[in-house]
Amino acid sequence: MNLRNALCSPSAHLSRRNLLTTASGSLFLSPLAKILAAGESTKSGDPSRPLSIILLWLEGGASQFETFDPHPGGKIGGEVRAIATSAGGIEIADTLPQLAEQLHHGSLIRSVTSKEGDHERAVYNIKTGYRPDPTLIHPSIGAIVCHNDDIGSDIPRHVSIMPGNSPARGGYLGAKYDAFKIYDPANPVPDVAKRVDQQRYDERIGDLMNIAEKKFSRRRLINADAQRTLHAATTQRALTMMSSDQLNAFDVMQEFRDVRDGFGDTPFGRGCLAAIRLIEVGVRCVEVTLGGWDSHINNHSLQSAACGSLDPAAASLLRMLAERDLLKTTLVVIGGEFGRTPEFNPAGGRDHWPHGFSMMLAGCGIRKGHVHGATAGDADYDSEKPASGVSDPVTVSDLHATMLKTMGVDFHKQLETPIGRPMFISEGKPIDAVLDHA
Amino acid sequence: MFRRILKNMGRLACLFVVGLLTFGYLASGLKDERPPAKVDPKVSIVSASSKSSPAIVSVKLENAEGSQDCVEQLDNAFERRWADDLSDVAPPADWTTVCRRLSLAMAGSGMSLEEIRELELLDTDQRVKSHLEKLLRNPRFHDYWGERFTRVFVGTEDGPFITFRRRRFRHWLSDAFAQNRPYDQLVRNLVTAQGLWTDRPEVNFLTVTVGTNEEGQPDPIRLAGRTARAFLGMRIDCLQCHDDFLGNVSLGPSDNLRGGQQTDFHSLAAFYSTARLNGLQGIRQESHPYEYRFLNDDETSTVEPKVPFAPELMPTEGQPRERLAAWLVHPENKQSARAIVNRVWALMFGRPLTDGVDNIPLDAIVHPALDLLASDFVDHGYDLRRLIRIIVASRPFKLASAADFEVTERHEKQWSVFPLTRLRPEQVAGSVIQSARVKTVDRESSLLIQLMKYGSSNDFVSQYGDSGQDEFIQGNVTITQRLVMLNGELVDGHSGNNTVFNAGAHIMMFAKNDEAAIEAAYLCVLNRYPDDEERSAFATKLGEAKNREAVMTDIYWVLLNSSEMTWNH
Repeated sequence: MNLRNALCSPSAHLSRRNLLTTASGSLFLSPLAKILAAGESTKSGDPSRPLSIILLWLEGGASQFETFDPHPGGKIGGEVRAIATSAGGIEIADTLPQLAEQLHHGSLIRSVTSKEGDHERAVYNIKTGYRPDPTLIHPSIGAIVCHNDDIGSDIPRHVSIMPGNSPARGGYLGAKYDAFKIYDPANPVPDVAKRVDQQRYDERIGDLMNIAEKKFSRRRLINADAQRTLHAATTQRALTMMSSDQLNAFDVMQEFRDVRDGFGDTPFGRGCLAAIRLIEVGVRCVEVTLGGWDSHINNHSLQSAACGSLDPAAASLLRMLAERDLLKTTLVVIGGEFGRTPEFNPAGGRDHWPHGFSMMLAGCGIRKGHVHGATAGDADYDSEKPASGVSDPVTVSDLHATMLKTMGVDFHKQLETPIGRPMFISEGKPIDAVLDHA
Repeated sequence: MFRRILKNMGRLACLFVVGLLTFGYLASGLKDERPPAKVDPKVSIVSASSKSSPAIVSVKLENAEGSQDCVEQLDNAFERRWADDLSDVAPPADWTTVCRRLSLAMAGSGMSLEEIRELELLDTDQRVKSHLEKLLRNPRFHDYWGERFTRVFVGTEDGPFITFRRRRFRHWLSDAFAQNRPYDQLVRNLVTAQGLWTDRPEVNFLTVTVGTNEEGQPDPIRLAGRTARAFLGMRIDCLQCHDDFLGNVSLGPSDNLRGGQQTDFHSLAAFYSTARLNGLQGIRQESHPYEYRFLNDDETSTVEPKVPFAPELMPTEGQPRERLAAWLVHPENKQSARAIVNRVWALMFGRPLTDGVDNIPLDAIVHPALDLLASDFVDHGYDLRRLIRIIVASRPFKLASAADFEVTERHEKQWSVFPLTRLRPEQVAGSVIQSARVKTVDRESSLLIQLMKYGSSNDFVSQYGDSGQDEFIQGNVTITQRLVMLNGELVDGHSGNNTVFNAGAHIMMFAKNDEAAIEAAYLCVLNRYPDDEERSAFATKLGEAKNREAVMTDIYWVLLNSSEMTWNH
C-alpha cells in the first residue's frame, strides 16, 4: 500500500508550517498558535482505533536545564535561554524552538524522581516502572499494552527503533512480547526479505515441513509442535509477516521528501516518522531511541547537538499525529532515564541526576498545556539535600501508572509470574494533575 | 630520483612485511598450554573411516572411587520411580545423540564432523565416555561454564563501570573449571573475597553490587538475595520487604519449619555489611553494623548476622563472611549441596531435577536422585567433574527422547524419556557456526575463524534475544527468532557455497557419492546419521539437480531451520 495518497498535499503542509513557524528565541506566536495554546482541539479521535503509545527515549540522560526545565542565568542555568511555547505561560529551553510550538498538545512533568543513577539500571527503571530485580525481568510498558489485548497489526505490535543495548522486553510476560527491533528506517527491515527467489524458497519450506519436521515429531512428545516447540505455527506467522503489506509501514522513503525533511535527515527523525506509519497500521507501541545525551563533558554542545535531532523530529511527530487525527488515540512520551546535575563538573559537563528530571506526555488522555512540579532554582538549590528542591515529586512508578491509565490498562491488576509470584502491573499512582478529565 | 625510488620501494617492502605478518598472525591459532588430543592424520575427515587404532587415549580418572556405585544407586532410584509410576521407559539413545547433548551442555555448540569421525574409530561403548573426558579437559568447556556460572554469581548486567570487571571474573571462573577447583573452595573464595577487583577477580562477586545502595558500597541486600539463590537454591527476595504471607518461603529448624520473615533476609544481609570498599585497597573487612528499618517500625534497628536455618552448622568464631562461607559449604548443609547438584543437572539436561533451579523449598519433597548425588558430591570433595561423570553415566542421561509408546509430559517429569528443551541463543549460534566447519572451532582455529565466530555469534544473540538470567525457563519461540533463522545472515552465510570456509562446499568437493554427501551434511548439522527415507529424498534431489552446490545449500538451510537443530533432545 502506497501511503502517499493518504497524505495531505505538500502545499497544505507548507502553509501550516509557515503559520506555526517562529524564529528561534523569538517571543512572537502566530495567531493560530495562540488559539491552539488556549483552547481544546475540537476534533475527535476514531473510536474504533486501538490506543497506541510512542515512546521517544532520550537515552543517556537528557539535561532538564537544556530541554524542558530551563533556569536561565545563575550558576545552574548554563548557556541556554528560556523561550515561550504554545502552552501559554510555559517556557522551555531555546534548544527546542519547534517543539515549543507543539507544547499545547501535552503536559510537562518537571519533578520525576528515581533511585537509579546507573544508566543500565535507570533505563530498566524508566522502561518498566520497576527497579531491577534479579529474580525476574519486568515487562516494558509496550509489552504490557500488547499483553492487555490482541488488537493490532499483522506485523509485530511492539516495535523498537534503534534500541541500543536495552530494547524493550516482554519480561515475565514472555519473549513473544519483546519488541521487534529495527535500526535506521532508511535501511531495509532486518530478516524479512528472502535471500533466494520465491520458487526456491517455497521448495525449502516444503522440505523443511515435509521431511525435517515430520521426522522430528515422529515418536516424540505428543503434540510437540502445538504444545512445546510451536515451530510450525511460528514459522507460518513469520511467513505471513514477510508477505504482509503492512511491512511498507517501515519504509519511510515512501513519504514525500519535504515530509521526511521536516522530521530531520537523521535516523531518529526517520524513526519518528516510521512510528507514525506503524501506529497507522495498528502497531500498539513504538519506542524510538535517541542517544548522545550523556554530557559528562562539554554539556552545552552535547545537549544542543542532541536537541538538534530531537526538536524537528518530536515537533513534526506531534504535529503530524494531530493532523492525521491520531493524537487522541496515541500517547506520546518524551524523556530519558534521569536528568543531569545542576552543578557543572570541572570538564564543563553535568553528571547523572535522578532527583528531579523532566518528561513530556502528550496525546491520549493527557491534559493540554500544563506543567506539573518544579525544581529548585539557584537560590533554593542545596547540593546536600538534592531532593528538597523538588516540588510535587512523582516517582517513575507513578509515571507508569499514569501512562497505563491513559492506555486503558488496569495498572493495579496483579499478574502471576512464571514462578508463581504475584506482581502488580504498576506499584504507582496516576498523576491526577496531568490527566485530561474532560 | 634514484634515492626516491629506493625509498618508495623500501616503504612498500615494509608494508608488505607488516601485511604478511598480520595475515600470518590472524591465520594462526592460539596455542593452548595443555596438549590437544591427537588426531590420526591419515584419516579422511569427510568420508567415513574404518575402525583402525583408537584416536583417543584412555585417561586415568581422578577421584573415581565409588562412582560406579553411585551410578547404580542413581539408576535404581529412577527405576523404582518408573516402576511405581508404571511409566514406560524410552530406549537408549544413539551415541551420536548423547554426545551431542554433551557438546551442547559443556561447550555450547554441537559436535564437529572431525569429532564424530574420531569417535567412530572407537568401540561403540567407549564413545560417550571418551567424548566426555575430552570435553572435561577442553578450554571450550571451561570457558562456556565460566560464562554460565558468571551469570549465576554476578548476573547479566554490565555492572558499575569503575568497580566491576566482568571479563576478569569470567576468566577466573574459567580457570577454576580448568583446574577442577573444588566447589566449596570456589564458594569460600567468592563470599570472603578481599582486595581489588582487577587484581583479585573473585572480588567482583561483591563489587558488582556497588552503587545500588545509597552509600557507594557493596550492597548487602543484593548480596543476600544472590547468596540465597546461587548457593542455597532459594528465593527469599520477597522477605526483603515483608514477612512471607503466601506460604512460599519456609525457614527455621528442620523439624519445625515456619514462614520466612523479614528478619531472616536482613540477618543474612548483615554478614556482608563488613565488606567495605576502601579506595585503592579495594574490598576490606571492616567493622560496620548493618542497620535496617523493618516494616511497621519507626526506627532503624541494628541487625546481627544470622543464617536462616541450621544455625548449629555455623562456626561461632571468625569474621562474619568466613563464618557464612563455612556454613554454606558445611557437609551437613544439605540445601547447599542440593542447590549445586540441581544446577549441574540442569546444565546437562536443560532442565533441573526440581521445578525451579533456584527455588528448592527447605521442605521440598525431592527426587531421591537429588539427595543421592548431593551426598556423593559432598563425600568426595565437592568434585564437579565427578558429579558430571556420574550424571552422564546414569541411565536417564542416555535415554532417547523418542519412543514407540505415546510420550507425554508425565514421562519427561519422571525422566523416563529425555526431555525436549530449547537451546539457548548462544547454543544456537554456536551450533550454526560449528555446523559450517568440518574441524572443531576452538582456540586452535585460526584467529580469523575465532574472530568471525565471536562477531557473528554476538550479532546473532543480539537479534535473536538473550535469555538473561532466567536460564532454564522455557519460553516459546518468537516470530523474530524464526525470521532470524529463516532469512538472517548467520544461517545464510554458513549454509552457502563458500569453498573457503563452509563445510557444505567441502562436502560437495570431497564426498565419494551423493549418499555420503547427505550423511556428512546430517552429521555436521544435526550430529546424527540420516535414516533411509531422508538419505533417499535428499540424495535424489542432489542427483537430479543441475546446480548441485545450490541444492546442498538448500539442504543445509533446511536442516539448520529444523526444530531438531534448535532443540535439545
